[in-house]
Amino acid sequence: MNLEQLSNRNIGQQTYKMVDLKPTPSTGVKKFTQVVERTFKGELFVGLYVTFREMINALFKGEMHTFKYPLEKMPISPRYRAIHDMLRLLESGHYRCIGCGLCEKICISNCIKMETRYDENQRKEVSEYTINFGRCIFCGYCAEVCPELAIVHGGRYENASEQRASFSLFEDMLTPIDALKQQKEFDGFGAISPNADENIKKTPLAY
Amino acid sequence: MEAAVLPEVTSIGVAIKAIIILAVIAAIAGFGTYIERKVLAFMQRRLGPTHVGPYGLLQLVADGIKLFTKEDIIPQHANRLIFMIAPVIMAATAFIALSAVPVFPDFTIPEWIPLLGGVFVPSIAADINVGLLFVLGMMATGLYGPLLAGMAQSNKWGIIGSARTAIQFLSYEVVTGLSVLAPIMLVGSLSLADFNAHQAGGIASWLVWQQPVAFVLFLIAGFAETNRTPFDLLEHESEIISGYVTEYSGLRWGLFFIGEYANMVTISILASVIFIGGYNDWGFLPAWLVMIMKVAFFFFFMLWARASWPHVRPDQLMWVCWKVLMPIAVINVLITGLVMMV
Repeated sequence: MNLEQLSNRNIGQQTYKMVDLKPTPSTGVKKFTQVVERTFKGELFVGLYVTFREMINALFKGEMHTFKYPLEKMPISPRYRAIHDMLRLLESGHYRCIGCGLCEKICISNCIKMETRYDENQRKEVSEYTINFGRCIFCGYCAEVCPELAIVHGGRYENASEQRASFSLFEDMLTPIDALKQQKEFDGFGAISPNADENIKKTPLAY
Repeated sequence: MEAAVLPEVTSIGVAIKAIIILAVIAAIAGFGTYIERKVLAFMQRRLGPTHVGPYGLLQLVADGIKLFTKEDIIPQHANRLIFMIAPVIMAATAFIALSAVPVFPDFTIPEWIPLLGGVFVPSIAADINVGLLFVLGMMATGLYGPLLAGMAQSNKWGIIGSARTAIQFLSYEVVTGLSVLAPIMLVGSLSLADFNAHQAGGIASWLVWQQPVAFVLFLIAGFAETNRTPFDLLEHESEIISGYVTEYSGLRWGLFFIGEYANMVTISILASVIFIGGYNDWGFLPAWLVMIMKVAFFFFFMLWARASWPHVRPDQLMWVCWKVLMPIAVINVLITGLVMMV
């Protein structure tokens, strides 16, 4: 099941049919004819057919609804806001963060703490970066404000851990250097929209 | 058809048969819970038990261990003696009823097996000439299990459950009896072996073609008497918690369960033998396989109906029994009699 199927799995075609309920029979004869009609209409067999069809679909056509959760996970939307990821530059492998401090500034629950310094190349370097996930409300402002798409929301939604610190360090959130090839560009909240090129306008110098 | 001359039925053969019935049916009762959960799950597009053993097959072992090790609780104000023996009545009557139905085809133990070699094991443990009457009677006696259990446990849900047991079982006994009366008239015997011999001539000789109405009535009444879903008012969770088994736990609850599944098997066997040809050979298929297929179909049909149909209200249940099914059954018997006379 891919993401599109999953997100549409409970959406019908909206072709509801109203059941044509006749008025409740009043006389005995009408009641009797209703019973006879319902008896020989075969609606019970329609019910049997429906369940049997579902069983065949589930068994042989792969339409089983169950996810064996710890063994297989449901695909989640790229807009889902789970534990943050820190991305790297694909070319150099250096982390993208430029130490601007905007995420720390915008964080409305004050859970991001960062310290920066200049390294020997006079480039901003992140010396300390932690997110207090006890406070984080996963609002996504940090990902939205980040000019470099360095801090984004990842897909790690299993937040159970022995220690809060298991998530909150910069190194834990940073893409491992050997998994750089697998790093996916973030297309969720705060990412560049697919039609970004069309939206570019000339800078209005007239005013 | 000329009946083949069968070897003499010895008491040791009957004893072996009894042990086979007890072991196999008790195992089927446990296995039936697995099948039921799996089939219901598939029909709702779920997986059912998967984790214990391959395909969850050992789930029944896990359930058995759980039932065996659970505490046997007897409520404070319950009538201890009756509370304790009621599940035994349920299971015992279910198995006694099985003694007069053909469960597997007869066979002779091979000579090379020590001690028991050459013993003839009959298909029916007790081939009494009123077999069908005995089975229906024993299944009716099974009413006392739920009835006493519900009344002994001093629980209002139990009382309601046992009251429903009484009305449902007693009412549908009438329909069962009247619906099998017409086939009995056609065959002219109450022995299930005679029913089997009567339909030995292939599919065309099945009694269901002559008695379709009786067949449908018998199935409906069978569902009611085995407490299956369209008529599962005795222990319907959303209404009366668990009905007569509310206060039971552990092994005693398991006995009710085994009794219920044994009754399901009995009804399946009865429907197969009376109406759709019994354990006769069917083309190249041997008799035992045919019988297992038929019984399995009826068993599956019970689960299928449970997945498909909502259950009825108690007043609808009574209405359907006394105002619809019983008159139809009587008319069916009358018409059968008239046709036979003419």
